[in-house]
Amino acid sequence: MSLEVHIEKRLQSYPLAVEFAAGAKPLAILGPSGAGKTMTLRCIAGLVEPDRGRIILNDRVLFDSEKKINVPSRERRIGLLFQNYALFSHMTVSENIAFGLDRVAPNERAGKVRRQLDALHLAGLESRLPRELSGGEQQRVALARALAIEPDALLLDEPLSALDTHLRSQVEHQLLSTLSAFNGSSLVVTHNIEEAYRLGTEMLVLTKGRIAAFGPKEDVFRRPPTLDVARLTGCKNFSRASVISDGMIETVDWRCRLRVSQPITRSVAHAGIRAHQIDFLESNDGRANDENTFPCWLMEASETPFRITLYLKLHSAPQPGEQPQLQAEVFKEKWQRFKDRPFPWHVRLDPDAVFLLPD
Amino acid sequence: MRADLSPIWISLATSLTATAITFVVGIAAAAWRERRSGPMFALVDGIFLLPLVLPPTVVGFLLLLLLGRNGPFGRILLKLGTTIVFSWPATVIAAAVVSFPLMYVTARAALSQVDPELMNAARTLGASEWRSFHRVALPLAAPGILAGTILSFARAFGEFGATLTLAGDIPGRTETIPLVIYFAVESNEMSRAIFWSLIDVGISLALLFALYYWTHVQSSASARVGPAG
Repeated sequence: MSLEVHIEKRLQSYPLAVEFAAGAKPLAILGPSGAGKTMTLRCIAGLVEPDRGRIILNDRVLFDSEKKINVPSRERRIGLLFQNYALFSHMTVSENIAFGLDRVAPNERAGKVRRQLDALHLAGLESRLPRELSGGEQQRVALARALAIEPDALLLDEPLSALDTHLRSQVEHQLLSTLSAFNGSSLVVTHNIEEAYRLGTEMLVLTKGRIAAFGPKEDVFRRPPTLDVARLTGCKNFSRASVISDGMIETVDWRCRLRVSQPITRSVAHAGIRAHQIDFLESNDGRANDENTFPCWLMEASETPFRITLYLKLHSAPQPGEQPQLQAEVFKEKWQRFKDRPFPWHVRLDPDAVFLLPD
Repeated sequence: MRADLSPIWISLATSLTATAITFVVGIAAAAWRERRSGPMFALVDGIFLLPLVLPPTVVGFLLLLLLGRNGPFGRILLKLGTTIVFSWPATVIAAAVVSFPLMYVTARAALSQVDPELMNAARTLGASEWRSFHRVALPLAAPGILAGTILSFARAFGEFGATLTLAGDIPGRTETIPLVIYFAVESNEMSRAIFWSLIDVGISLALLFALYYWTHVQSSASARVGPAG
């Protein structure tokens, strides 16, 4: 099973131009709002016609601007979960799920609805109206309705954004099992980095209508190809950098030499490291002079329930008006173990964790 | 006093038939227009709303020009061996044309309130345009469309000027209650005018009461229906 997408579409802000293929593994499409994520899904579902391009689903040509093929939405067999779920408010849960099954024999229809109700844990809610359901239940009904037509591809548009935070992890869990049970290509659009990582196997990063990164999610996160992608995938620390020799770089903003394990193949403009990958030495056991280890001073800290973000100045005590050079994130348990130690503390920038970005 | 009650039946038959026509044509026009946009369609709106703004006598006169013996449609009808002016169908046409704008405007307002994403959802679920319209858009727009139907009926039931111009005043054929009253007053038959006025008030009240009562029962029985959240 495969979904090949090549879309060009003029939009008000900037042209959308994407080309990618999705297989059986869920593909997460990550990008800031307005990057063209939803537009991409709508083009695939046939709700919007691209200016140019081709969309092929399992050898079925859904759209081809050259051959003037544009299969209408109703014949595409693509399940789309709308951001606001778009449930039919005048129909019950069962009627919503059965809506796409009008050409199925009535005796078979009941069975298909039943299967979706069971699969998505909606038993008992059959005769409720959408407004009588919680946000999580509404989402499951929308999902059941989309799956009932046994689509060849499943497209989810910001599936969790309409939910309260406390519901999200639970609904996300359900969504993961639905995605893994789904037999076809699936695309999940989100602007949330963590959702993208958990729901997708492959990842596509979209910025301003263009693909900025595409590949297995681990690769995209570990070695982001551009500064934009690094930022979008949540990286907070960057420094201008230049190559000294193979495996060694000089950083401008961090003012130090770093050993890196990423092979240097292209010209390097920046180095980056993720906030949670900055390691603190808990005791002064003589490792303070090790490679990639530097003295640092705390400038500011900001707490969340379980973690703390530390804003650091490297090499020397901060002077008034100076900006922090690094942002580190540690669990509070770890922080407890070194927070009372006198400055300077020591951080280690693991050569495996530092990644390089081209111009 | 003549005991001829035919104006009652003519009025009811005319306004009910006209409302039925307006209902279908008005919704169809609203649905058609709702899917289009552009400056040219403002002109279409203008034409559709014209019967609401023009004096009914002008509407009747324009219809007479179109449907009369020398009018473009009148000639076609004549070739088919029939005429329409000064006959009962003319009362229906006059009432339908003047009540059409009310149906059109309210139906459009009601349809534009339906979340277009719901129609998109129906499409991705394999529904044809017709199915997504009559199973999704129409039920959700029902309260507004019902209001438009009531307004159209009220307008058709009270129609006078266009009817007189296009259909004339032929007792037993085109003489509706408003015409009876007008000519009674003209010929100073006050008791006859009062009698028919009271009948008109009675019928109007009864129908409006029935419609609103029915609407109320409907909406409380289906208070659960309607846009969520």
